[in-house]
Amino acid sequence: MEAAARAERPGGGLPAWALGTIPLALIAAAIGAFALLGGPGLGERSGPPVEELSVERTQLRPGEIELTLRNDGPDPVEVAQVAVNDGFTAFSAGGGREIGRLGSTVLRISYPWIEGEAYEIFVLTSSGGTVDAEIAVAAETPAADLDFYGLMALLGIYVGVIPVALGMLWLPFVRRIDARRIGALIAFTVGLLAFLAIDAGLEGLEIAAAAPAAFGGSALVYAGAVVAYLLLAAADAWLRRRGEAAQGAGVAAGGVYLALLVALGIGLHNLGEGLAIGSAYASGALALGAFLVVGFAIHNTTEGLAIVAPLRGGDGGGGGASPRLSRLAGLGLLAGAPAVLGAWIGAAAFDPSLAALLFGVGVGAIARVIVQIAPSMRDGDGRLLHPLSVAGMIAGIAALYLTGLLVSV
Amino acid sequence: MGNRRISRRGLLGAAAAVPAVAGLNALARGGLGGEAALAEPAGGNAAAGHAGHEFAHATFAPGRSVDHRANGFHPTELLRDFDWGKTRRLAGGRLLREWTIVAQDKEIEVAPGVKYEAWTYNGRVPGPTLRAREGEKLRVNFVNSSDHPHTMHFHGIHPALMDGMPGIGERRGGGQIEPGESFAYEFEATPFGLHLYHCHVAPLAAHIARGLYGAFIVDPKQGRPEADEMVMVMNGFDTDFDLGNEIYAVNTVGFHYIDDPVRVSRDELVRIYLVNALEYDPLNSFHVHANFFQSYPTGTSLQPSEYTDTIVQGQGQRSILEMKFPFDGDYMFHAHVSEFAELGWTGFFRVGDPAKLSSAEAAALYCKLPWGGAGGLS
Repeated sequence: MEAAARAERPGGGLPAWALGTIPLALIAAAIGAFALLGGPGLGERSGPPVEELSVERTQLRPGEIELTLRNDGPDPVEVAQVAVNDGFTAFSAGGGREIGRLGSTVLRISYPWIEGEAYEIFVLTSSGGTVDAEIAVAAETPAADLDFYGLMALLGIYVGVIPVALGMLWLPFVRRIDARRIGALIAFTVGLLAFLAIDAGLEGLEIAAAAPAAFGGSALVYAGAVVAYLLLAAADAWLRRRGEAAQGAGVAAGGVYLALLVALGIGLHNLGEGLAIGSAYASGALALGAFLVVGFAIHNTTEGLAIVAPLRGGDGGGGGASPRLSRLAGLGLLAGAPAVLGAWIGAAAFDPSLAALLFGVGVGAIARVIVQIAPSMRDGDGRLLHPLSVAGMIAGIAALYLTGLLVSV
Repeated sequence: MGNRRISRRGLLGAAAAVPAVAGLNALARGGLGGEAALAEPAGGNAAAGHAGHEFAHATFAPGRSVDHRANGFHPTELLRDFDWGKTRRLAGGRLLREWTIVAQDKEIEVAPGVKYEAWTYNGRVPGPTLRAREGEKLRVNFVNSSDHPHTMHFHGIHPALMDGMPGIGERRGGGQIEPGESFAYEFEATPFGLHLYHCHVAPLAAHIARGLYGAFIVDPKQGRPEADEMVMVMNGFDTDFDLGNEIYAVNTVGFHYIDDPVRVSRDELVRIYLVNALEYDPLNSFHVHANFFQSYPTGTSLQPSEYTDTIVQGQGQRSILEMKFPFDGDYMFHAHVSEFAELGWTGFFRVGDPAKLSSAEAAALYCKLPWGGAGGLS
């Protein structure tokens, strides 16, 4: 009987792990043989080698321009000479002159550049090909010392932490208003988040356009978004199951949970925002001024409101237990502090591929948050889109659009 | 001489027969030790420029040089390499001067580390400097061993069939010379002056820019005064084929005469045969520091037309320049189109031999002012 059942199983008597690994071993053997034989039947490549270099990072120090080059083509590339503004100049290559596939090198170019001027650099490869780099406005790259990190932290606090905290001061107001209006407020938050998602997505795509294509380019933005969405959905499912096991998942806890999600989504967005600010500052493209900081403050204050909107305390009406101050502070930090982290990363080690991925993650996270808080704007008839919610969403989008006019990085 | 097919094997033989230019490296490098020794006694203020100051002028990245041996020619040798061909008396007593020129595709290094797929006459860029005397009968046996059709179009006075012009005289073996074919150009050396030869196959700019050009000198019957003569063909290379040059030079290798200055003697007449073979840029120029020269446009008159330190040449234009250097020292020469200068078209004349100068005083004399160094006027 048992023997008969075994005979009927596909794969005969072999254990499942063997059936799983045999194809893997065969694939490995086939690839190995193909590589060892040098791709039999394919012959020589047609045409000359393809040379593709992208400039990942440009840094300026007195008398020196530093370019980080990445080879994102299929063939190795050798840097032979470098010219700045149509003049050859001395340079050294930190990672060697020859750059393998996906490899990178740092060119330190001697040049007496002058602040405020524009420079065009061309890198001449051994085959005579050229790769262009442009410096729109020359300014010294800030040295990455303690003062610099302090400044970036301060910037992150100014544009991230403080405005979000200020926005959260609407909590008492939120707790006072009635259920119908709270639906409008949630809709306002949804509109706000939708705007942030679009904004982050476009910014990510813009950065990805400059990133090496070999690392995925704009695909990183989409992949980041999908992965973030899926991870948050999984985390949500896991938290809910744990919460149901522990207690009856109180309504207040549900409000805090939604607030946590909103804070997380906004935090990921602010990470990207910090990244943009930090890298713009490091490349001299950003003038730090009161206007910029005030602009960001107003812009991000609305994010604070979005966090506290779900904290009304119960669907039945106001009057739930007020959330603890430490919990509120935690939510504020979760939403605002990533701006500090982003500024650090952006200023010290800006990498277009990483930035594109992070912007994508921000988009995915915000999309997930929208999906989760959207049910809270349903009206008495269970409709998602009713005049009040639509008005709220449009108001949210308009608020961010208008305050966004104050800042452009 | 008709049109005759020749085998590839035969062509390779012909190519090999072109005298291989053994590097003059050892000789040329001999002076560098002296230069290094000089930098010290000159008190760090290297008037020679290239030895000291960090950003004295545009330059290639240090620590690397062009492999002239692999190129098969050396810009320092090209300077004074005049190809007089082979001569024999014809029945009428007239002199026939003859050359064999082979068009070959060849990868050359035009700047340290930068390779360029050149098309060449006799494996070098510029092609050999062909030199004859006014009134001689000339025969240039042209063999096309390149993968592309070419011609040799000479500037001068000659019949249409000998003009190296595609579409003219194909039926009689002239016109466009296809790969593997050959043709003998026959014409008289006239008028005297400094001329040019180049390929005239379309697309014209591309065929010339790839390296198919050279100087063609016809000496006047009575000759010119004794001088240290040299040929300078101003050229450039569009290495990325975007119809603009990345590298500019005299005699092909950018900045060559900075590392290996053109050595001349004080008070000796120097005669420069200057040819502009540059493509893609309408104008080129030549400027020498701390000196003036007599200019003979196209070399067709024995009377100079201008005493100057800068001349401008359009595409295909030539001039003979004559000057003497009254002081020892290194004197820069470069295109006064500064962009070209910084993209390779810069060099030095070295007057006197720094290696012979032992004392600091003598070095100062070499490097600075003739009356004894900076501040010596007081």
